[in-house]
Amino acid sequence: MRSIAFPGKFSSLSEIREFFARAAEEAALDEKSICEVELAVDEAASNIIDHAYEGEGKGDIECSCEIEPGRLEVIMRDHGKAFDPKKVKTPNTRNNPRRRKQRGLGLHFMKSLMDSVEFSFSSKNGNELRMVKIGKVLADQEHTQQE
Amino acid sequence: MEILSTALKRCVLININGRIDSETAPHLQKALNALIDEGNYKLVLDLSKVDFISSAGLWVLVNAQKKCKRFNRGEVVLASISQRIHAALDLAGFIPYFKVFEDTAKAVGSF
Repeated sequence: MRSIAFPGKFSSLSEIREFFARAAEEAALDEKSICEVELAVDEAASNIIDHAYEGEGKGDIECSCEIEPGRLEVIMRDHGKAFDPKKVKTPNTRNNPRRRKQRGLGLHFMKSLMDSVEFSFSSKNGNELRMVKIGKVLADQEHTQQE
Repeated sequence: MEILSTALKRCVLININGRIDSETAPHLQKALNALIDEGNYKLVLDLSKVDFISSAGLWVLVNAQKKCKRFNRGEVVLASISQRIHAALDLAGFIPYFKVFEDTAKAVGSF
């Protein structure tokens, strides 16, 4: 497992995206999946800064990944406020954006772009987010096996 | 991120270069607000050189659109968006809210 801690600042976002994009490349994910991983981790890191730490420079975002051919597991930890995804309302993307609240879109992106998204919290270790992306090649293989 | 705005006869062309995320979105918001506050309500955003946009960036586009469309005084149109940007707009449900043109000339010509 590879791990690195980034300061919880918006200026870290490029490096965080790059860290996971490289991991996704190493996992041999297809180009579209790599772009989706970048967007999902950007939204996750932005949410950590905005909602867990409630601002910049309050703590680190610990990023780790587990790489397998065609599969990437993203792990992001923070020591901010406990995050409960159940409290975030799923945005109705069919509604006119003029009438929509600017909340919940990041989580919607993460859930839509990744194959699994799981949150956990412990008072000792803080928030832990685990997201898995399965690349096109492996997904196709699994589909074939199921048939 | 670089933002270059050019006043044309019927609209303002805004070329954006770089990524639009939570770090850079406030700069774009400020630049667009300044143009709108000066009375420019017909805006063409050329996104051909934008390689990344997050939800924070998408909301900047929506907020600019809200202001420009007020009193039917204008609108924000998008030009030359990559598949990646289109996918993000689509995922957010924002596609119906913007006219999207394949190139800048067509977008400018729409005003």
